[in-house]
Amino acid sequence: MRRSVFRNRGLPYLLVLPQVAVTLVFFFWPAWESLRLSFFRTSAFGDRVTFIGLENFAKLLASADYYQSVVNSFVFAFGVTALGVGAGLFVAALATQNVRGLAAYRTAVLWPYGIAAPIAGIIFLFMFHPSYGVLPYWLSFVTAYEFNWLLKGWVAMALVIIATAWTHVGYNIAFFLAGLLAIPGSVLEAASVDGAGPIRRFRSIVFPLLAPITFYLVVVNLIFSFLGSFGMIHAVTQGGPGGATDIMVFKLYKDGFIGLNLGSSAAQSVILMLVVIGLTALQFRFVEKRITY
Amino acid sequence: MSADGAVAAPARVATLPVALERRRRPFDWGSLVVHLLLLACVAVIAFPLYYAFVISTQTVDQVIARPPVLRPSDHTVQNYVDAWTRAKMGRLLWNSAVVAVLSAVGKIVISMLSAFAIVYFDFRGKTVVFWMIFITLMLPVEVRILSTYEVIGNLGWLDSYSGLTVPLMASATATFLFRQFYLTIPNEMVEAAQLDGAGPMRFLWSFLVPLSWANIAALFVVLFIFGWNQYLWPLMITNTEAMRVVVIGLQDLIPRTGTHVPEWNVMMAAAMMALLPPVAVILFMQRWFVKGLVESEK
Repeated sequence: MRRSVFRNRGLPYLLVLPQVAVTLVFFFWPAWESLRLSFFRTSAFGDRVTFIGLENFAKLLASADYYQSVVNSFVFAFGVTALGVGAGLFVAALATQNVRGLAAYRTAVLWPYGIAAPIAGIIFLFMFHPSYGVLPYWLSFVTAYEFNWLLKGWVAMALVIIATAWTHVGYNIAFFLAGLLAIPGSVLEAASVDGAGPIRRFRSIVFPLLAPITFYLVVVNLIFSFLGSFGMIHAVTQGGPGGATDIMVFKLYKDGFIGLNLGSSAAQSVILMLVVIGLTALQFRFVEKRITY
Repeated sequence: MSADGAVAAPARVATLPVALERRRRPFDWGSLVVHLLLLACVAVIAFPLYYAFVISTQTVDQVIARPPVLRPSDHTVQNYVDAWTRAKMGRLLWNSAVVAVLSAVGKIVISMLSAFAIVYFDFRGKTVVFWMIFITLMLPVEVRILSTYEVIGNLGWLDSYSGLTVPLMASATATFLFRQFYLTIPNEMVEAAQLDGAGPMRFLWSFLVPLSWANIAALFVVLFIFGWNQYLWPLMITNTEAMRVVVIGLQDLIPRTGTHVPEWNVMMAAAMMALLPPVAVILFMQRWFVKGLVESEK
């Protein structure tokens, strides 16, 4: 459909000017600078800049520390996604049972989304605290294993994964419930008249209808755990112990801001940018798919 | 389009079969089990916050007691007063509120204007502008921190509200949301407005803005929370106490192992104060929040 438009030469440019200005100054220019810097070596005081081609990238790919941060990022992102989306799907499966008061349950699980990652991290940090926390205390009845996140890398990783998933589980549940409530009750009723039990109903009707939402949530969860988790790591573990929770975003900040290795940090930005572009492309494939449904 | 409509209407339909089943069967054990399981989920999710609240009411002795005390105590006021004075909470909360409100309002205004231009005008370079806005989705602050920091430094915006808010104001999500919404407004309205001799700004102000209130409210709630919970950006560009936001400022209270008295009670009191505003916004404006979340899914 052709829309009627206003005729005016200058006005549209004036209208988009603020958005375009912010975009150019704070998005495009810095991104370009990062890209450019990734091919240079900058001396510690920033006074000498030498073109070195792909050396920054080559060094990163050869570095065991960088390799570890990539692996950590993947473990972290997939851990958060599996836990958060899995829990959301579990609640959605329960809600298939046509119970009343779903909106009230949604309220009851949605609020952790408002808690900033670093604050959630601090709360979990105390819950996991080796000497005062309630979790190690309860676990001590089950096993003699010492769940000390200050010493054991995997416990620290579990801590940040659980805390991050906690803040996002409500978001996932809200999306699943919105999708679930859009499934006509008559469809489920017909299935149950045909003798389909709750598990069968979930598997054959609900899950296929929720599949696009699940896919969307997986991608979104991956994006924010790859990128949005700086605060959690910075506030809680600082990448420790022994680099066990050193994820890509944190390492790039540390190398650039504290280590002042600008070239390497810029190269890391570029690699991360490629990851985001890949994930965003995936996300938009979902949108196209959904339109054809 | 309207998520709320979509959520509300089938919900009413869905309760019908349940009511019918009720009459057939005396007691629905299945539902009871599901409710119990759902309640268990709620309890698991609520526990960390309950625990944090309990700690914020205790004395240090109770905090470090074994077995842990899981009941609220009577040291509440003292802890909150301590946290308030020690972390200079007043200033921190004010800064967070300013950043959250300014960045949300700025985003909404800027996005409305550019969506208006894109939908209601034909101009050279429209496609370029559209794609530029789209690409910002792929350039989150995390991938361009160092260079953006430099730009802010050159502008002299370090330690200022402009530095804290203006770079956050470009929003592809909000622009697309308004564009999507404008596209649903029937053509006849524009034509009628034009016949009445209303110019574009008049049309925007008298027709589009009033029609967009639901979208504005929904976006505001989501963007307010986003702004309140910013961390990396304020951490980089502020280094004076006077300009810190609350999420960063309360880190100073964490009793790191060994050196400090384990005053987790004061820490948790500060955390409760910092998380209360965004959580209250979600609880009290939930309708708008869910609408904003679901519709800004792009």
